[in-house]
Amino acid sequence: MSYEIHNPVPIKHKYFTPGVIGLIIIAVNGLVFLMGRFFFGIGAVTNLNNQYPWGLWIGVDVAAGVALAAGGFTTAALGHIMHKDEYHAIVRPALLTAMLGYTFVAMGVFVDIGRWYFIWHPLVMWNGNSALFEVGICVMIYLTVLYIEFLPVVTERFIGKVNLPGFLSGFNKSIDKLLRVLDRGLSKTMFIFIIAGVVLSTLHQSSLGTLMVIAGPKMHPLWQTPILPLLFLLSAISVGFPMVIFESLIASRSLKLRPEMPVLSRLGSMIAPLLGIYLAFKIGDMVIRKTFVYLDDFNTASIMFTIELLFGVIIPLRMFLSPKVLKSQGLLFTASALVVFGVLLNRINNFVVAYTPPYSTESYFPSIGEISVTVGFAAMLVLAYRFIVLNFPVISLPTRITPQSKYTIRGVK
Amino acid sequence: MSGKSRRDFLKSTALIGAGVTGLTSTAKAGPENILSEDRMGVLVDTTVCVGCRNCEWACKDAHNLAAGNLEDYENRKVLESKRRPDTTALTVVNEYTYGKNSSLPIDVKVQCMHCDHPACVSACIVGAFSKHENGTVTWDTDKCIGCRYCMAACPFQVPAFEYDKAINPLIMKCDFCFDRTKEGKLPACVNICPVEALTYGKRNELVMIAHERIKRNPDRYVDHVFGETEVGGTSWMYLASKDFVELDFPKLGKNPAPGVSESIQHGIFAYFVPPVSLYALLGGIMWLSKRRKELDEEVKK
Repeated sequence: MSYEIHNPVPIKHKYFTPGVIGLIIIAVNGLVFLMGRFFFGIGAVTNLNNQYPWGLWIGVDVAAGVALAAGGFTTAALGHIMHKDEYHAIVRPALLTAMLGYTFVAMGVFVDIGRWYFIWHPLVMWNGNSALFEVGICVMIYLTVLYIEFLPVVTERFIGKVNLPGFLSGFNKSIDKLLRVLDRGLSKTMFIFIIAGVVLSTLHQSSLGTLMVIAGPKMHPLWQTPILPLLFLLSAISVGFPMVIFESLIASRSLKLRPEMPVLSRLGSMIAPLLGIYLAFKIGDMVIRKTFVYLDDFNTASIMFTIELLFGVIIPLRMFLSPKVLKSQGLLFTASALVVFGVLLNRINNFVVAYTPPYSTESYFPSIGEISVTVGFAAMLVLAYRFIVLNFPVISLPTRITPQSKYTIRGVK
Repeated sequence: MSGKSRRDFLKSTALIGAGVTGLTSTAKAGPENILSEDRMGVLVDTTVCVGCRNCEWACKDAHNLAAGNLEDYENRKVLESKRRPDTTALTVVNEYTYGKNSSLPIDVKVQCMHCDHPACVSACIVGAFSKHENGTVTWDTDKCIGCRYCMAACPFQVPAFEYDKAINPLIMKCDFCFDRTKEGKLPACVNICPVEALTYGKRNELVMIAHERIKRNPDRYVDHVFGETEVGGTSWMYLASKDFVELDFPKLGKNPAPGVSESIQHGIFAYFVPPVSLYALLGGIMWLSKRRKELDEEVKK
């Protein structure tokens, strides 16, 4: 008699493949443009100017980055707070995505602000009226919480396996002891951080929406609404699970693993209601503010808005309602990818497309440098993800367990 | 086990509560935003301005920017295109002409409006902007992190950023000659204006003067003092003979620019009650679902 259990293990697979080499080239290209930014100023590599102070880096690296890392707090809420154990297999990969996602959000902020060496200022210089201050503080604390949440993965990897080279080997025992103390302390207090992570996420995901409210009439009425914080929060919650599915299916294909279809299908069945709530608020807001009249104009704003809503919300919503989609790997991937695309486009629309300064002489389109840095960061994120899942117990693999004795005794494994 | 974890839970919730109250009590007040009855302002009479651009020169001279010779400013070719204040000029004059037969061109001086409820003061992540007692809105280089949110927030598109500087780029805008007015001097532009198109005085009195002028010369002016009520009122106000929209002034409502975002912000964070309640709620759900699970397992056994 034997049975299967799912245990997170470091995946055995080689790191370098042609695809990985390609990603490294993209990442290095981004780094080259970043050097230009740090040596010659933001103007040297971006198309930003006094009319358009914010562009691709804020829209994608920061705003979309935060939204697409929402899988971390939505799965934490599902797995840990609601104690749905059947989803435990996806909690760690989602946590890793969130941790890396927020790390790159922080890096995106770091390169976009003019005085990167003052990035710590918000910690000591407070402005409670500023939505950006709230986002900044919350993201800083949440990033710390994510690292703490990830620590058990590190202690699990090294406990009993500390093996330092050379003369350092003398410390092996004491480091192992330290890890064990840390692990015990963390397992007792982890619930504090898990709840804090969810609270912090709801706060800054919504405050990210408050950011552009102050821009008032500079923002196209299709997007400018006082319920922006609510829309941002709802869309972040809706994109959490699709992002987990999207990333899990890519990872299992790339690492030649069997996809976790039963868990992913069940996760997928929860997306349609979440998307539905978001869509209801979005449409309701349009009806109340009578902004659908702007869809009659045929311009960039109306086209982008239509694409965002149709391909990013309505079509995937319909797809997730169908049991056939939930069972098919390809269709589930397509539907999830559409939601991810929709939220990405929504953040770009909110921060870049919708923004029209009162005295604009030209329109903004990101420069090669801006695109290179953004794509480079994304490549670095994938490379880091791959490195970590190959070396740390993140992805769960089915392990076949055959009980040793005929009888199982309570308390003895 | 569950009893212990509940005790732990209560203990840590109490700790977090204490931490949060500690945070709020030590929180420094936000940036200054003083609305004094005696705050100063400038009334710009665009029907008087001749577009000599002496103010541009005086402004650069007073702010250590490359000003050049005052005589060079007589060249009116510059007025053929519309300009905006930037990092090389904190104020600029634009000229509007209406056909060949129109009597006179209209010249409009542009600079920071020094709002009564400034969007930049509200938006700035580190509170680098302050509204002072004399109406001035200033920027503090020691705080600024260069995020440019002030630029996204400003309804008049005024703050400018030094995009070409890798180290210590500045946000630049008119500072209402804060250092000069402190010493009792006039702002440099007001001081140099040869035709008295700019009137410096207490904002309350300027509003009365503006309406008085409109009343005395109803044919000369449109009945609108731009800045009296726009975005909650500005220190700099304008009189004109044409509708302000035709002179490239933005069409703005009477509500202060930061009003909506601040009420959302303070609603979400009302004395930290919503976040702390959410924390408690989630903690409760977590404890309950864990307890239910344990009961289920006991039943199975």
